[in-house]
Amino acid sequence: MKHFKYISPTTVEEAIAFYGQHSETSKFMAGGTDVIVKVKEGWLEPDYLISLNKIEEMGELYKNDATKELSIGATVTHATLEKSLMIQTEYPIIYDAVSNVGSLQVRNVGTIGGNLINAVPSADGAIPLIALDGMALLHGPDGERSVEVKHLFIAPYQTILKPGEILKKITIPPQDPHTGSAYIKFGRRAAMELPLIGIGVLLTTADDLETCTKARICLGVAAPTPMRALEAEKLLVGKKINEEILVEAGKIAAGESQVRDSIRGKAWHRKEMVRVHVRRMGLQCLDIIRNNS
Amino acid sequence: MTTNISFLLNGDEISYEIKDHWTLLHLLREEMGLIGTKEGCGNGECGACTVIVDKLAVNSCLYLAVEAHGKIIETIEGLASTDGTLHPLQQSFVDNGGIQCGFCSPGMIMASKALLDENPDATEDEVKHALAGNICRCTGYVQILESVEAAKENLSGRDQ
Repeated sequence: MKHFKYISPTTVEEAIAFYGQHSETSKFMAGGTDVIVKVKEGWLEPDYLISLNKIEEMGELYKNDATKELSIGATVTHATLEKSLMIQTEYPIIYDAVSNVGSLQVRNVGTIGGNLINAVPSADGAIPLIALDGMALLHGPDGERSVEVKHLFIAPYQTILKPGEILKKITIPPQDPHTGSAYIKFGRRAAMELPLIGIGVLLTTADDLETCTKARICLGVAAPTPMRALEAEKLLVGKKINEEILVEAGKIAAGESQVRDSIRGKAWHRKEMVRVHVRRMGLQCLDIIRNNS
Repeated sequence: MTTNISFLLNGDEISYEIKDHWTLLHLLREEMGLIGTKEGCGNGECGACTVIVDKLAVNSCLYLAVEAHGKIIETIEGLASTDGTLHPLQQSFVDNGGIQCGFCSPGMIMASKALLDENPDATEDEVKHALAGNICRCTGYVQILESVEAAKENLSGRDQ
């Protein structure tokens, strides 16, 4: 294992400045559940590991009372999200996803920001944040910028982050009334498993609790980066939501997915699972909407 | 590349000069000789190296020793009483066949302890969710779940 030096700055500025002086030989780290594996395996050989864990503002999870905007610091752990009553009740799609990342031991240490920045095609953490129209706040040597979470990813294991740039937090705009959301990670083992496919659905209805005013259908492992099934979403908006139309949406989403054969599963099977689970997650959204009304 | 850290280990205050790249597992086993904690996969897949840091179960193979500074660490060595009486979880694993080859046991027991400390009435589903990151190749898991269930009863009895 590479003999690195561990640095733990307490502000974002300090972290970026240190990186600036040692950009070729530094690596940012949050929980370390991926970075340490890569260092152990020799895929990364940093002279300096810059831990972001001591930067207080990056570890905060709160909802702004006035704007109702949810703010998730990048170093908030999966377990913190999983145990948050606010997340469980108001953002069930986030709960569904983070409660099945890695194992309890990994969720206790691994962070939502680290999950996003790793940019694996399965990124469990990304799907709900995309469905919720999340924004990522980045901070780099040239200052801050804000991008939609769905635009963070350009290819497997590649994000738009520039060298020295840090993902500071994710914000989620206020949720409309009558919104339900659900995610399923479909895989084999309950833990330490990358999903064969990940399906997240978010639906908002009008006051009649039937007519769809907003739909998000997000898929993980269905393309090189997390994707939205835009045609399937379009089908739902303006229509009365019932099982029949969700079956149709599932078919369209399966058609839109760019699933592949891989060592973990076959493309045809993945398509089938998209088809089935878009319907199931849609029905779950409807249940949530009706139970909360 | 060396750092002085201090932490509470099984109730004892420890100060240690460590190298930044050491994992907590390396510090415990190779430097301090506490070999109760096991190294299975070394990559966070198997849970054999589970210890408790500030009440949370973590994989010590992926946890840097430098990050243990200021923390409260519990390992399998801290469970039994000084007179050798086993912790109810340990006794329960012995009594219920939760231990066969024994290699996963320290990790299983520490993950179970973290769960029951936080949630003494954990349901079977909650136990399964909490132990899903611990691999056992002997028992088929049934005896492990039974061990935790039995320990739950003993632990609650002890509190009364």
